[in-house]
Amino acid sequence: MEYSMIPEIGHFALILALGVSIIQGVLPLIGAQQGRREWLVLARPATQISFMLLAISFCVLAWSFYVNDFSVLYVAEHSNSQLPTVYRLGAVWGGHEGSLLLWIFLLTGWAFAVAQLSKTLDEFMVARVLGVLGLVATGLLLFVLATSNPFERLLPAAQDGRSLNPLLQDPGLVFHPPMLYMGYVGFSVAFAFAIASLLTGKLDAAWARWSRPWTTTAWIFLTLGIALGSWWAYYELGWGGWWFWDPVENASFMPWLIGTALLHSLAVTEKRGGFKNWTVLLAIIAFSMSLLGTFLVRSGVLTSVHAFATDPRRGIFILILLSLVVGSSLFLYALRAPRSTLGGAFSLMSRETLMLLGNVFLVVAAASVLLGTLYPLLIDALNLGKISVGPPYFNAVFVPIMVPVLFLLAIGPWASWKSTNLVALLKRLWLAAVIALVAAILIPRMMGEFTILTALGFLLSFWIIASGVLQIIRQFKVGKPTRSFIGMQLGHVGIAVFVIGVTMVGAYQEEKDVRMAPGDMVSVGGYQIRLVEVRPAQGPNYQATRGTFELGRHGTVEEFLYPEKRNYDSSTMPMTEAAINAGLTRDIYVSLGEPLEGNAWAVRVYYKPFVDWIWGGCLLMALGGFFAVMDKRYRLRLQK
Amino acid sequence: MKPRHKRALIIVGALATLAIAAVLILNALNSNIALYVTPSEVTAGKAPKGQTFRIGGLVKDGSLKRDELVVHFIITDLVKEIPVSYKGILPDLFKEGKGAVVQGKLSPDGQFVASEVLAKHDENYMPPEAKHALEQAQKNGAK
Repeated sequence: MEYSMIPEIGHFALILALGVSIIQGVLPLIGAQQGRREWLVLARPATQISFMLLAISFCVLAWSFYVNDFSVLYVAEHSNSQLPTVYRLGAVWGGHEGSLLLWIFLLTGWAFAVAQLSKTLDEFMVARVLGVLGLVATGLLLFVLATSNPFERLLPAAQDGRSLNPLLQDPGLVFHPPMLYMGYVGFSVAFAFAIASLLTGKLDAAWARWSRPWTTTAWIFLTLGIALGSWWAYYELGWGGWWFWDPVENASFMPWLIGTALLHSLAVTEKRGGFKNWTVLLAIIAFSMSLLGTFLVRSGVLTSVHAFATDPRRGIFILILLSLVVGSSLFLYALRAPRSTLGGAFSLMSRETLMLLGNVFLVVAAASVLLGTLYPLLIDALNLGKISVGPPYFNAVFVPIMVPVLFLLAIGPWASWKSTNLVALLKRLWLAAVIALVAAILIPRMMGEFTILTALGFLLSFWIIASGVLQIIRQFKVGKPTRSFIGMQLGHVGIAVFVIGVTMVGAYQEEKDVRMAPGDMVSVGGYQIRLVEVRPAQGPNYQATRGTFELGRHGTVEEFLYPEKRNYDSSTMPMTEAAINAGLTRDIYVSLGEPLEGNAWAVRVYYKPFVDWIWGGCLLMALGGFFAVMDKRYRLRLQK
Repeated sequence: MKPRHKRALIIVGALATLAIAAVLILNALNSNIALYVTPSEVTAGKAPKGQTFRIGGLVKDGSLKRDELVVHFIITDLVKEIPVSYKGILPDLFKEGKGAVVQGKLSPDGQFVASEVLAKHDENYMPPEAKHALEQAQKNGAK
């Protein structure tokens, strides 16, 4: 039997990329330090070449999946000839080796983008930024080549692949990891800018203006990636929840919290030249959190629904890499952090103070999530027993920390830099406060039970929305608002929309596990759901049992729902496919449990009011980020 | 206000915030931890009384019984067995002979009433706590 040599091309490209990355990571940095132009100019071409090599390598792996080359071990383990083509491509990042290859591919992609879009930037800075990115790429390439080579051969080739986990055969999974990784990896650019600035000691407004759009772009991807993951868990895992405080979810959420703090801190650095130390530190922490996330997910140290069996060597390698990156950057920070701390003077009542407060709360929130995530590992490592820290911990800690953040968020945009008049501020905000109070009292009464927590949720979200709308009106009276202004407002309103969704679902959802035989009816949230029949159905690569449910309201049937229980041909694992009737104000969610005696089934029925607002809010936040990046002052620079 | 006072105020404010956060966090940690206990430890009376905890182990073959929406099964570390009852729908990956983790409380009659049953994403994967329980039981049995 003959084997295609194409996978070797991919492997070879990876090895070449390692060599090129070493050049990219070493020579430009030394060149910039010693003022050697001939070394420093290597940064751009090296970045371009390593991006191309990674692209080749990635395409080769995708090709091997496309043609079902089961002589490649990774393909044989994660694909199957029965798998539909689109999921075969999604399977490229369905496992450890492939997702790391994607990670590095995206890293070189970001570096490539920096190389292309930085023509007007001082070449010493470019060399240092690209050099730092080259060093990071070197570390990860070493990791992949030494412990997780996706091109490893399986000889003789397998007859057929072991398939992908059927849970993962879903469009959500095709897009969720690349989005999330784009965000994770994107913080490497902010990190590289921060390290480069520490090396030069040049930490000015121009520097902040350069790293801002990059950070925002990464943040947009991370926001979308987390939202997609949450949505996927909601409709695919059949758990009906949207967030579980699972360690892997936390691993993506911590960089988001720090990244959000960084966005705001960068704004102060750009506008007022303040918070320099803090901004640099946040950029370092944000990327470290991304690396930590990779470590947590990929080392298998976690007790998590995501924890697939993994190789301990990998964990140790990532841990070493992590400590090298964090240790060396913090060391550099300690040596070179600028002496001036708070920048331009500002009074206690000013936008700076509000931003600083918000920042501190966000960082404390991230720290509390980190503690809850790592605590079980720590206890286990000290041999004090095995424990789990559940959602109650995170809810008890996270919610109170977020309350002041949401409160400040509506005030911040009204306050002026340097110093602001408290009385004038109150004059502008009283209307928003009244609207928020009315909403907090009325909405819970309309929806059902009144509790302090739901009232608080509506109070804060309407406080933010009313304040945003008032400010937009005021801005239009003065003149055309800038894109960054629109972006900020969209982002803040997005948070409010998200909070409305969370409050509604948390307080007014109904969840019922019931026994249903054909003809039986159950009602939730004013809807009646009747089981019509349960019968077998045939899918492209699975057998299913499909239920037919009538969804009715006020005695008329509005819709039919078809939840399924699937058995994939290539797997012994059954899969519950929930049926969801989505709407602006509620989702109705039906899934089949197990068959019971007497032709009946265990059925799970959920009524989820305003649940889609959770992801809608995230979309608004991402859109806000998009507007901010599109602001004219960044574009002018590009045109020059 | 003098800059010195302002700085002092900022520092005091930050410290107060951190202190409140620390109290919240430690308090929440203390009351929301679930201990993992092996079936042998439960039989030996080492399980926390009146508190939520987790048991990891194997679902004993042939022990799964349904009584309408309530399911009964036995979780074992191959030395000791604990009867478990759970009301609701089991996760897809819950199977006899496979590993599982249950969270809940011990009732006075020695039955474990589970509020949550956890099984994992992957059919070939064993929860580390279930594996740990089996290894512990084996070690103690060999002694």
